[in-house]
Amino acid sequence: MSQDTTQLDDTGAVDPNLPPDPSRRLWVASACTLGGVAGVATVVPFVSSFAPSERAKAAGAPVEVDISAIAPGEMRTVAWRGKPVWILHRTPEQIKDLKKNDPYLADPNSDRPGFTPAFAKNEYRSRKPELFICVGICTHLGCSPTPRFAVGPQPGLPANWEGGFLCPCHGSMYDLAGRVFKNVPAPDNLEVPPYMFSDNDQLLTIGVNEKPKA
Amino acid sequence: MAGEKTVETTGLLGWIDKRFPLTSTYKAHLSEYYAPKNFNFWYFFGSLALLVLVIQIVTGIFLVMNYKPDAALAFASVEYIMREVPWGWLIRYMHSTGASMFFVVVYLHMLRGLFYGSYRKPRELIWIFGVAIFLCLMGEAFFGYLLPWGQMSYWGAQVIVNLFSAIPFIGPDLSLWIRGDYVVSDATLNRFFAFHVIAIPLVLIGLVVAHLVALHEVGSNNPDGVEIKQGPKDRYGRPIDGIPFHPYYTVHDIMGVAGFLLVFAAIVFFAPEMGGYFLEANNFIPADSLKTPPHIAPVWYFTPFYTMLRATTSDFTWVLSAGAVIAAAALFLKGKLSGAWRIIIPVILIIIAVLMKTLEAKFWGVVTMGGSVVIMFFLPWLDRSPVKSIRYRPTWHKFLYAIFIVDFLILGFIGTKPPSPTLNVISQIGTVYYLGFYFLMPVWSRLGKFKQVPDRVTFRAH
Repeated sequence: MSQDTTQLDDTGAVDPNLPPDPSRRLWVASACTLGGVAGVATVVPFVSSFAPSERAKAAGAPVEVDISAIAPGEMRTVAWRGKPVWILHRTPEQIKDLKKNDPYLADPNSDRPGFTPAFAKNEYRSRKPELFICVGICTHLGCSPTPRFAVGPQPGLPANWEGGFLCPCHGSMYDLAGRVFKNVPAPDNLEVPPYMFSDNDQLLTIGVNEKPKA
Repeated sequence: MAGEKTVETTGLLGWIDKRFPLTSTYKAHLSEYYAPKNFNFWYFFGSLALLVLVIQIVTGIFLVMNYKPDAALAFASVEYIMREVPWGWLIRYMHSTGASMFFVVVYLHMLRGLFYGSYRKPRELIWIFGVAIFLCLMGEAFFGYLLPWGQMSYWGAQVIVNLFSAIPFIGPDLSLWIRGDYVVSDATLNRFFAFHVIAIPLVLIGLVVAHLVALHEVGSNNPDGVEIKQGPKDRYGRPIDGIPFHPYYTVHDIMGVAGFLLVFAAIVFFAPEMGGYFLEANNFIPADSLKTPPHIAPVWYFTPFYTMLRATTSDFTWVLSAGAVIAAAALFLKGKLSGAWRIIIPVILIIIAVLMKTLEAKFWGVVTMGGSVVIMFFLPWLDRSPVKSIRYRPTWHKFLYAIFIVDFLILGFIGTKPPSPTLNVISQIGTVYYLGFYFLMPVWSRLGKFKQVPDRVTFRAH
């Protein structure tokens, strides 16, 4: 016998000395559990609605650029997936000087995973030594570093500067192969995107690694 | 009629009071809320913060009537408000000036709490609600800053959202989820707009109510840190060192409001950009996702925390790591922790010290920046001094506070400047002092010769 017995209206209060009714406890617990599960499940669609939409996912199409007119020492910036991609035509001098930076770099051989595809895992970080292509987004917090190609001592840069990029936000420095210097906030080298050249080397396609098979 | 309340009021007010606690609420929070009679200049800033909140809400509502949260239209719609909407420029300048003045007032309000120990028992919850309000304000300022869709808006949002990508394992997906796109885009602008105009303001208002309810439950602190409720009482049981909030402090605060509005109007009409500190020059250029402006810096109120983020390089994590090891040793050997905590906390600190050098400095920069705000939640338990108010602390404590204020200002100044090796060293020293001030507080706040606290508040009638 417990509080389930019929009671008169004026004795509505449950006798506190009665033990809890196990069958009611079970239903209370079940209702709370099911309600809780349903409540948590309701959060899923709301949280998911924050993810990139189908339209945003579809917007990542490859970009084709005519590179025949980029002179040595010149850099062009194009948009790919909304990000700046740099196409830098390095001079022979600049290519030669890349090696001088090695002792000051955090990851000179691009050993850290994720930012350098296999084809760019060489001293130039590119398919062709003269053409350097990378995503111009600092690996620290995503600003776009500023080109600082002039060689030699200058404000805000080391005295033996060989030309490179300086991030205006937190002072991270990269060399002309997008390799990050030691002891700056950025942890990684600049990302090299997938790209390919056309057969006559006039066109560059950013976003694909090789020609789609016909 | 059965079940009707008996009330003292009559007429319309009586009719309402029988149905709604109007008179009793008025008495509890205004006419019979007894505040210490020795409030000084520093006590203006709480009510001023409430005033700025009202200014922000009202001007915000009117701005939304003309603003378009769309990446293609946002920048032009702000210019439309500035140039073509009648008096739109005034409403927008009030809102932009209000944002900066909110932080001025709130920083001074927090400093008051720090000086007079307003966070000490039994006011811990008031302080915690207050720090939560501060976090909401930071969120509100950050989300709102994207809306004009200028260069600073865009790259500021890019940097802050990328802070989350520094979190190990889940970071990159988390920042993608926050942006809703692979770069800051229209989707980001729309959701930030939703947070800025509805989500955070709702939470903010709730927290302000909780802050005031908690304050009125325990009563206000005062510059002497003496509890007036424990002092002598008159024959009605009212503390004789207290005076009714209304009319005494309402009139007092109106004077503060008048002074504040003089400054506020002067800025709105004569220097709304405040030399680039309140509205940054680069934000008058539409957002360009391909080019970061040559010098980007957050708005002044974020710069102290931003400087601590920049200060955390991989060399600096050696310093932080060493700090954690020393703290672990000190707590194990000399600490007053009891039982298992004596082992657990030093072990956690050692693990942190090891992780400092295994995880990236970038992550620890984010932790340092976040920690420098979150540490404030723990202030009520970090301060171990036997007295509340700075008035009765040893003189050298006052120097520590003075250096802390100067340090905060220097960190803030450095955050507005482009990075340089010299400034970086200064900011690292400043970061160590900032963190040390809080983390070592359990030690230094106990030391020294404290002055005798009076039984009653010190007050000279004028």
